[in-house]
Amino acid sequence: MWKHLGEQTIRLESPPTILAASSTVGPKEGQGPLASYFDVILEDVLWGEDTWEKAETKILKETIQRVITKADLTTDQIQYIFAGDLLNQIVATSFAMREFKVPFFGLYGACSTMGESMALASIMIDGGYADYVVAATSSHFCSAEKQFRSPLQLGVQRSLTATWTVTGSGAVVLSKEGLGPYVTHITPGKVIDLGVKDSMNLGATMAPAAADTIINHLLDTNREPDYYDLIITGDLGVIGKQLVLEMAQEYHYDLSKNYTDCGVEIFDPTTQDTHAGGSGCACAAVTLTGYILKEMEKGTFEKVLFIPTGALLSPLSTQQGESVPGVAHAVAIETNLE
Amino acid sequence: MEKIQDKKQQYQQRVEEISPKVNLLASSAKAFFVGGLICTFGQIITNVIKNMGYSSDEAAMITSITLVFIGALLTGVDIYDNIGKYAGAGSLIPITGFANSIVSSAMEFKKEGYIFGLGAKIFTIAGPVLVYGLLASMVVGLYHYLIY
Repeated sequence: MWKHLGEQTIRLESPPTILAASSTVGPKEGQGPLASYFDVILEDVLWGEDTWEKAETKILKETIQRVITKADLTTDQIQYIFAGDLLNQIVATSFAMREFKVPFFGLYGACSTMGESMALASIMIDGGYADYVVAATSSHFCSAEKQFRSPLQLGVQRSLTATWTVTGSGAVVLSKEGLGPYVTHITPGKVIDLGVKDSMNLGATMAPAAADTIINHLLDTNREPDYYDLIITGDLGVIGKQLVLEMAQEYHYDLSKNYTDCGVEIFDPTTQDTHAGGSGCACAAVTLTGYILKEMEKGTFEKVLFIPTGALLSPLSTQQGESVPGVAHAVAIETNLE
Repeated sequence: MEKIQDKKQQYQQRVEEISPKVNLLASSAKAFFVGGLICTFGQIITNVIKNMGYSSDEAAMITSITLVFIGALLTGVDIYDNIGKYAGAGSLIPITGFANSIVSSAMEFKKEGYIFGLGAKIFTIAGPVLVYGLLASMVVGLYHYLIY
């Protein structure tokens, strides 16, 4: 059988196992509906560091160290790390990597990084190039606001369509051998831009990319939406989620029964004042490593399609009047192999 | 089959429809109320200062200084952003908002050092106000000099 299916999907011939997963979140996420699923909840956003950027580095570093320990491995056994974050030149990640003597691939897929890192790590294992690979990402509300928006103490109103960047990090160890859950298929996404210029409505900018990836995944694998127990996008929030449902419907795919979004699940909009929902690399990453994988372990879900979504903008591109392109990478995770 | 990429116009229209809108009337009322409160407070200061025997010009200057100080202080103790969240332009437009924009930038960029951080970026938000404020006063000054 071919490893390449249809237009853009990869079928992993020897599907890697997600050997261990770990999550760290900030205090606000620790008050949200998924709080009980996270490994570590921080009491303050600085975690003993003097800058938010250093705190983000520490969050990522500690999460990766913890996931390696949880997998009963040592750092020497990890052959590659795929990771990235939102800061310029992905410094949060690069600086965390100083602590690991492991070859490193730095990624920038904005908030889709968890999907991108897991996809590449899985391909590396399936290709026979490695036995153990770590895929990870992080984001931090304060460092993201500083880079992309305005000073935290500035007295302005957030747009009703805006999402709240999740503070935290999620990491997984992928292994050649194991008893699952397995990464069985990957559908890397295309960059899609339908001309939405509002950088305060990122859900709407990414929804077309998410819908395109989901539709192409289903077409390529010849599956129907109900094949999956859960189809979950990364950080579209309530507006983006609704747009994905509508776009899929136009292609005669009914996602209404089993589709949701990590950004919708991670915060409670009525009490946490997050407006359209959660966002950031960590939004998808901690929802996967906390909620989804733990529920898969319990047996609530057996087949999950996980689609982290990224808005590929910079403050500069927005100021120059550019619209916001989106990207979304789908990763199919299944408890059992066919 | 039509590709998602080809649905630009239809999509943008749908995004517009589906995105929640700010209640303009309620927001304006809040802005008017808080903005009015700040201005009333300023007027009280002016009147008190004038009663102490200062001229109108002096009283106006002292009022500005006092309001800027209060705006800066409330920013520093993490209160002004909450007022702004409620009042919007009501607390952004008065001079206290100007102080907030400067102090919040200073706090944010202090970590990058006092020269290239705080010093260079303190007017990131307030800069345009200064630039176009000065430009406007130049225009008015020229008008005053040449015509009036």
